[in-house]
Amino acid sequence: MAAAPGAKSSDRSRGDPLELPALACGAMSNSKPYPANAAMQTALGFPGELVENWHDKAIARLGELVNGSRALRVYLDSCVKCGACTDKCHYFLGTGDPKNMPVARQDLLRKVYRRHFTWAGKVLPWLVGAGDLTEETLADWYSYFHQCSQCRRCSVFCPYGIDTAEFSMAARDIMDTIGMGQKYCNEIIGKVFKIGNNLGLPTKALKATLKGLEDEIEEDTGVAVELPLDREGADILFVTPSADFFASPHMEGLIGYAKVLHEAGVKWTLSSYASEAANFGMFIGSHENMQKVALRIRKAAEDLGVKRLVFGECGHAWRVAYSFLDTLAGPLDFLDPNYPIPQHICEFTWDLIEKGKLRFDKSKNDHIRLTFHDSCNVARASRMGSKPGGQFEIPRAVLRAVCNHYFDMAPDTIRESTVCCGGGGGLLTDELMDLRTKGAQPRMRALREVAEEHGVTHMAAICAICKAQFSKVLPKYGFDMEAIVSAHQMVSNAIVLTGSKQAEELDAKAGAAAPTS
Amino acid sequence: MATIVYAALFYFAAAVLVGGLAFHVWRYATTPAPLRIPTTPAPTTRAGAALRVAREVVLFQSLFKSNKWIWLFGWAFHVALAVVLLRHLRYFLQPVPAAVAFVQPYGALAGMAMVGALAALAARRLVVERVRYISGPSDYLMLALIGAIGLSGLALKFVARTDIVALKAFVLGLIYFDWRPLPTDPALLVHLALVAALMIVFPFSKLLHAPGVFFSPSRNLADNSRERRHAPPARLEALARKA
Repeated sequence: MAAAPGAKSSDRSRGDPLELPALACGAMSNSKPYPANAAMQTALGFPGELVENWHDKAIARLGELVNGSRALRVYLDSCVKCGACTDKCHYFLGTGDPKNMPVARQDLLRKVYRRHFTWAGKVLPWLVGAGDLTEETLADWYSYFHQCSQCRRCSVFCPYGIDTAEFSMAARDIMDTIGMGQKYCNEIIGKVFKIGNNLGLPTKALKATLKGLEDEIEEDTGVAVELPLDREGADILFVTPSADFFASPHMEGLIGYAKVLHEAGVKWTLSSYASEAANFGMFIGSHENMQKVALRIRKAAEDLGVKRLVFGECGHAWRVAYSFLDTLAGPLDFLDPNYPIPQHICEFTWDLIEKGKLRFDKSKNDHIRLTFHDSCNVARASRMGSKPGGQFEIPRAVLRAVCNHYFDMAPDTIRESTVCCGGGGGLLTDELMDLRTKGAQPRMRALREVAEEHGVTHMAAICAICKAQFSKVLPKYGFDMEAIVSAHQMVSNAIVLTGSKQAEELDAKAGAAAPTS
Repeated sequence: MATIVYAALFYFAAAVLVGGLAFHVWRYATTPAPLRIPTTPAPTTRAGAALRVAREVVLFQSLFKSNKWIWLFGWAFHVALAVVLLRHLRYFLQPVPAAVAFVQPYGALAGMAMVGALAALAARRLVVERVRYISGPSDYLMLALIGAIGLSGLALKFVARTDIVALKAFVLGLIYFDWRPLPTDPALLVHLALVAALMIVFPFSKLLHAPGVFFSPSRNLADNSRERRHAPPARLEALARKA
């Protein structure tokens, strides 16, 4: 179709979501996140500034990492440069910078590994693509390993399952170790240690927020739904990203969780000590920091004496919870083995829906024509339910249960092939806005397709980072910033609480419509 | 003279190949996998994960998902190579097993398919800009080396045949330390020298993908972290206890 008159020729919002760009060498070499300052670095146990012998220290750290990770060692050795991954990264598709092709990104680290840890690279560096860790290479590391959202899309398509996330985690760990940390992640991890959550919300503010939400729900429904904090003896500890306490559309999701938990009739609580599900320790590849963050959740669960752990909507947090928590902070054998340890809120809600315990008025979502964005860490690094792929089926089943108009986006952009929101992996920071906007291009184009074909108006997500990222980039692609919704916001809209105004209205309507014979 | 040089060369090449591969396999096996990182959706049982790896090895499942052309050329090359290798077993085994006898007629066809697939892979490297960008000298050299082995092998079949009875005696002599003379046809000497070179290069090159594919944690781990605890390495275990 010809471009509409007046449309810019560089309209990036339309076209094939996975359209190949022309190579643009060095196009993104100036994209760099702000560096962490000395205080942020030392709070995490890293040197405050670039250490004097940074080269030797970096090589030594690389050696430690390779010796400590089978994944890294196998992936460094195994790549055959087949090219299968070259067109799979959303940052490459959006920027055209060849160093954003997964294999080229990996090679930034691989060339140094070859130079120092392989015989061929020591003897014939020019032949096998080995290279020294020069200042230039280090600058490339800082730039391009902060252009990877660790979304694992490349890993799905690699014949050896090589996961570029493992490379960017390792490279960030090395850079932290020599005093070259990134501000956004390290500052946030510091806040978690100091205050308990990424946003730095103190307990008092948290309490006030929860009280405000309770009032809001009661006003809307006439039902007193609790959002308890630090309630000892509760059965369920609910851990959710702190964005849920703070901004839209996250908060609407939190209201949804609260309504579901209320309707389930369980005793649950949030924790001020573990008032954050996110774990940015993963993004910076630091097992030590990831473990320290994860242990807060264990401690909160033990201190409050809960029997179950349920997590709110957050992609990488669910990866850490589902795949790593038991390893890092376990064994979690003090929890009730009759329930999944841990459980995702979507699993919790779907379980109730299947048992017929929730009542919905789907017409409350009739103004919405919905699609669903599979968040990368949920899609490719975790599971829901008992069967592989439950992480795709369960959220969709929940959404279909609460909404009449649901449409999937193009098959090669969803489920295991989902394209990242563009802001994951510790890149959700303003100075990377250009990268984030370009990285969102495949998803935005896929959304444009269903908007035009099916009149889709909204996109649901189950990740705080996705939601925050889309709120920012949707307007850049001609969508309303409120087109992004929480999955449990949709649940919240449609759920009919027992004894609520909505229940009365619905019953009255049903009564009036009932046949009189 | 050629017999002594080639006998020594093949003992050396075999030692490097076996020793080098054993070293890497040992290192892959003993390096810890601190976290459970299967690319999901993944099988939930270890048997399922083993089957997943088997599908990768035999069918190149992920590559098929990724790019049909690379899959076609890559898979065709590897299958052809397998048939060619199987066919060559007749020089190593006496009596010749039935399976090896069975593939004999297909060997030449497989040899041509192998060379053709290599040519296609090389063309792809040169023509597709993205792939050209990521290709280094060793990537082209590897294609050239294996291609030259294939071509010299086909030459031995169709152009300059050698005394294969004597060749078999030489090969069996190497195995049983009962050395016999090697026929000195130039095509054969080239073919064998290139094969020895490939054996020597194998453990120092990207050909490590052969053992690597079996050790890839994103493919060989089961997705069962809620059912079975993935024990942490000692370093993290100690930190957890301290906390």
